[in-house]
Amino acid sequence: MGRVADVELRNVSKVFDNAVVAVDGVSLEIEPGEFFSLLGPSGCGKTTTLRMIAGFEMPTSGEIYIEGRPMGETPPFRRNVNTVFQNYALFPHMTVADNVAFGLRMKRVPRDEITRRVREALQLVRLVGFEDRYPRQLSGGQQQRVALARALINRPRVLLLDEPLGALDLKLRKEMQLELKHLQMTVGITFIYVTHDQEEALTMSDRIAVMNAGRVLQVGTPLEIYERPSNRFVADFIGESNFLDGRVVELNGQRATVLVDDRLPVPARVQDGLAVGEQVTIAIRPEKIRLHPTGGEGAEGCVPGRVEEVVYIGTDTYYLVRLTDCCTIRVRVQNSQNRLDSGEMVGEGTEVLLSWLPETAMVLKA
Amino acid sequence: MSTTATTAPRTAPLATRRRWRLKPGWLVLNSNVLLTFLFLYAPIVILVIFSFNASRQQAVWVGFTVEWYEQMMRDERVIAAAKNSLIIALVSTAVSTVIGTLTALALDRFRFRAKTAFEGAMYLPIIVPEIVMAISLLVFFNTTFNLLDRWLGLTLKFGLGTITIAHIAFSFPFVAVVVRARLADFDRTLEQAAQDLGANEWQTFRYVTLPLLMPGILAGALLAFTLSIDDFVITFFNAGIGATTLPLEIYGRIRRGITPEVNALSAVLLLASIALVLGSALLQRRR
Amino acid sequence: MALAEGVETQPQPPASLAARLTDWARRRTGIKLSLVLGPGAFWLLVFFLIPLGVVLAYSFASRGAYGQVIWRLTLENYTRFFDWLYIRVFLVSVWIALLTTVICLVIGYPFAFVMARVPRRWRNALLVLVMVPFWTNFLVRTYAIMLLLRNEGLINSALRWLGVIEQPITMLFTTFAVVLGLVYGYLPFMILPLYASIEKFDFTLVEAAQDLGASTWQVFTRVLLPLTMPGVVAGSILVFIPSVGAFVTPDLLGGGKVVMIGNLIQQQFLTVRHWPFGSAVSFVLMAVVLVSTMAYFRVGGERRV
Repeated sequence: MGRVADVELRNVSKVFDNAVVAVDGVSLEIEPGEFFSLLGPSGCGKTTTLRMIAGFEMPTSGEIYIEGRPMGETPPFRRNVNTVFQNYALFPHMTVADNVAFGLRMKRVPRDEITRRVREALQLVRLVGFEDRYPRQLSGGQQQRVALARALINRPRVLLLDEPLGALDLKLRKEMQLELKHLQMTVGITFIYVTHDQEEALTMSDRIAVMNAGRVLQVGTPLEIYERPSNRFVADFIGESNFLDGRVVELNGQRATVLVDDRLPVPARVQDGLAVGEQVTIAIRPEKIRLHPTGGEGAEGCVPGRVEEVVYIGTDTYYLVRLTDCCTIRVRVQNSQNRLDSGEMVGEGTEVLLSWLPETAMVLKA
Repeated sequence: MSTTATTAPRTAPLATRRRWRLKPGWLVLNSNVLLTFLFLYAPIVILVIFSFNASRQQAVWVGFTVEWYEQMMRDERVIAAAKNSLIIALVSTAVSTVIGTLTALALDRFRFRAKTAFEGAMYLPIIVPEIVMAISLLVFFNTTFNLLDRWLGLTLKFGLGTITIAHIAFSFPFVAVVVRARLADFDRTLEQAAQDLGANEWQTFRYVTLPLLMPGILAGALLAFTLSIDDFVITFFNAGIGATTLPLEIYGRIRRGITPEVNALSAVLLLASIALVLGSALLQRRR
Repeated sequence: MALAEGVETQPQPPASLAARLTDWARRRTGIKLSLVLGPGAFWLLVFFLIPLGVVLAYSFASRGAYGQVIWRLTLENYTRFFDWLYIRVFLVSVWIALLTTVICLVIGYPFAFVMARVPRRWRNALLVLVMVPFWTNFLVRTYAIMLLLRNEGLINSALRWLGVIEQPITMLFTTFAVVLGLVYGYLPFMILPLYASIEKFDFTLVEAAQDLGASTWQVFTRVLLPLTMPGVVAGSILVFIPSVGAFVTPDLLGGGKVVMIGNLIQQQFLTVRHWPFGSAVSFVLMAVVLVSTMAYFRVGGERRV
């Protein structure tokens, strides 16, 4: 590859004293300048992974490399990484300026350089004029930006962010997502971002590692993660999916047919190594399914069903459709292309046909 | 001995409050409060008032005078005792604050064998009756001094040294308890943040942990100072001949008979400690 | 971490550089721990535990003709305590301490209740007012009571002036005086834990009980009192312990007429110079105190600060 990864984890595990396996054999390579997210439900080991990179926890086994050097038991203050903590961890007894200057003071940087760089850092996060305030006098968003400035002023190779937007309200969070992404592109520092919010991860990241139960399940771009989840957990955790269990009965070019519940044939995408007779799970996103009235044209390859429940959620409408003699499926239809315009209401009890492009029905091996 | 009993405010619905307050029981309760405060403060106030009484016959108010205060300030025994009290209090406060803070840190930050036993032992000086601690130190110093005299020909005597050592022994656990309470609410991520920003362990302690612990340490120091300057029982048994503190001086005079000078001396001690406490309370509020 | 957690070093395969580094770090943690824990452990051991041990040893020794200690193992100091003379002192002390505790509770509970129910802005002021006596000199406060109670004191003078009495009532140097002095001295110890537990009490439970038909008295005995029991127990222990071991109060306000364990110990050490017996009495007192403390933790009282 030529370039050395900024951060590399080789088979890293962490077992806590109480025998809880927090991180289980994680290997990752994070490229310079990348916005990399660790995404997973709470307790999946993402924060522990971050804390091991920062040096707050030492791996039980495996090795962490930063800029190609093995970290071993290097303490946090000798690692060229900085952290933005979930609760910001601003020093309550110091002003904004003192907070931001802390790292440089610890490294005994000359005073006038500190003054200059504090100014720059505060400009970067648009907090000039707040130098003499104390953290408790700032709003959550402002505290967040102080925490960023305090970390970035040290010009770390990698910035670690532990759910930094978790404490903010929804609107501010959306604003800060964009601001963070901009900031990352401006400073060009590698960001490793821990979050349990899939939307946040999809919006901001160059690449995402989805974690569960201490393991990395899939690493990829947001598009790959969303469109090509490699397993059921990822398909379920990122976005929504309908899952249908069945057996492959036919392979035909790009199109496979899976017999669900031994009676309902449905189309699905063909994938390497798939064989007839194999037990698989099909995952279909609700928004990739189309609803048709019965009896119309194009009934071939469609799956019949009956609408059981209609849930209107503003931009879209959810339909809970019971497939004939089988399971139920959620369908999400945008309201712009929905009923009222065409004058047709799909109500509860309506018989419908469902269709989807075979390549949108992902086949997950059991 | 918590200085503050802060719990989350829980204001009951107005209805409950009003109903409970309108009952005639509230009158009884409120008079209980008034009488209790009267009980707590009347003796002290009367003592202070009568320290300004011109009569030696104290029960009757004759006229205002500061004569007893003047006499007191001229009294060399009083001055010597005050000096001793202050020296002992300052030294024992300094030492017990350092030891107590370190002990609190050790208990909060380290895991070690016999930690539970150590903690239990540390609470003992707080629980054990003063008189028992007093005589045990008396016996210990006496025995040790005898042995040192016999084995090494080293002659040591009771005095300021023994008093100070004893004061440190009973006050450092109090400091440790106060500082530890502060450590219990300490946000450890602040220390991690400091380390993350390049502060080594000493710098983290110096610039983050210590400043944030300061209010607790000061409260502990104030407690140690008050305990030392007010202590009578333990000092009484470990003073030996010659070293007198203010409480010992007052006690000696009370035993010899009640005089207006004792009132003046008592009043000074009383007001000094009240001023100290209120002053520090105000100081803490301003922070 | 700053002053790192002691045993957090990781086990590593031996004979590698990492292993040596780990060992070094572990040794350093040991040094740090001894620096931080050392002074307190030293002081506690040398100036508290060892002295107690010496007293314990003395309590099994005998007294020589001139008051010196003779190292002959004996239980006679403890058996001697069962003489009616000393058992009486013991019973008087426990009785006085119990009386003090009950009186403090009767005064303190309603007081703490009001304190917990007044508007918040008054609460801290009341709290400070209760705390101030605790921070002032105990000896001086005992002396203040003396001034009031003696025959020429303010109370007797006032009563005589009012014509209620002709001869002064003897109040000083009585059990009454001692109990009054102890209540005066330790009332804050009762009020503070009571206040803490009543303040935490959820007063909507009162409404719930009333709604279910409970009278005010029933609300108190069935709801408020059981739920504030930890405060009652803590306050009682905090008053009982110093009262049972009191020395200054019976000495000044009892004037030799009311003798408590504390006075007995003092006599044995300073007047009679029977150190072994004094030591035994001290350990009996310690036992009383420790048993009541343990009872407190058994009842599961709140953590005292």
